Amino acid sequence: MSKITSLADLKRIKDEVQSKLKLRENSDNPERLVQVKVGMATCGIASGAKEIMKYFVEEFEQQAVDAVVTQTGCMGYCYAEPTVEVILPDKEPVVFGFVNKHKAEEIIDTYIKKGELIDGIIPITFKTIDE
Amino acid sequence: MKTISDHVLDIIQNSIRANATLIEIIAEEDKKNDICVLKITDNGCGMNKEVLAQATNPFFTTRKTRKVGLGLSLLKQNAEMSNGKFSLLSEVNKGTAVEARFQYSNVDRPELGDIWNTLYLTMLGNENLELKYEHRTNKGSFKFSSTEIRNTIEGVSMQQTDVREAIIDLIKNNITDIQ
Repeated sequence: MSKITSLADLKRIKDEVQSKLKLRENSDNPERLVQVKVGMATCGIASGAKEIMKYFVEEFEQQAVDAVVTQTGCMGYCYAEPTVEVILPDKEPVVFGFVNKHKAEEIIDTYIKKGELIDGIIPITFKTIDE
Repeated sequence: MKTISDHVLDIIQNSIRANATLIEIIAEEDKKNDICVLKITDNGCGMNKEVLAQATNPFFTTRKTRKVGLGLSLLKQNAEMSNGKFSLLSEVNKGTAVEARFQYSNVDRPELGDIWNTLYLTMLGNENLELKYEHRTNKGSFKFSSTEIRNTIEGVSMQQTDVREAIIDLIKNNITDIQ
């Protein structure tokens, strides 16, 4: 396998992929997609959120889960970083704290695939730190 | 922040919060002159004089979710601990420019880190952001823009395994070739 160093190399890979790719039914329908947002503020980065984000991307592809992974800023749960917000279609967003690779796997296998709630959810409090 | 790559990811988040649509990053490793430079420029909303003066204060932040803002102060600390310099310029409605200089041979200079992952994840997580990256060393330079990458892979998702690995490899190989 030759090393990929130019845009032409990238285009070659993309062409190979496109000819093999099956059309995904949900790809044009954002409300039907699972959205995963990984907290990527200073506290998140320092706690290894980047690796967690990469892990989610890799696992979703591996397991053919229709999901969009994005970064988000500080959600205020710095003590529980890395944090991940998961929005299943038609459900309320749920935030998980202390997400390591093991927890991420659990979130994918149990919450995203089966819809079952698991430990480690940070409840929504409607008060700020001052109150 | 253990690596330059982590700092880049962190500062980029500031630019994204400032609604930047273009972020330019220049990373320069000049072993001959014993300098390492990291420049990040954005076209976000910028800061006025009062905010700019406070930006590197760890206890100052414009966020509402918490009371500390560590990103810039950590970068400034690392630059100064490595016998380097830190500068921050900003203009309202024009943008912000961060420059951190480090002494290359200094034991406290953070390593480059996996900048290819940082750049890939940033492009993945921010579809409408134009990211330009340039890496310069004594052996050569490499640059790319997110626009070029997106145009090249048009029609296929950036998350797709082969495409994802190809993008990360492209960046990683080009940077390692000039180390």
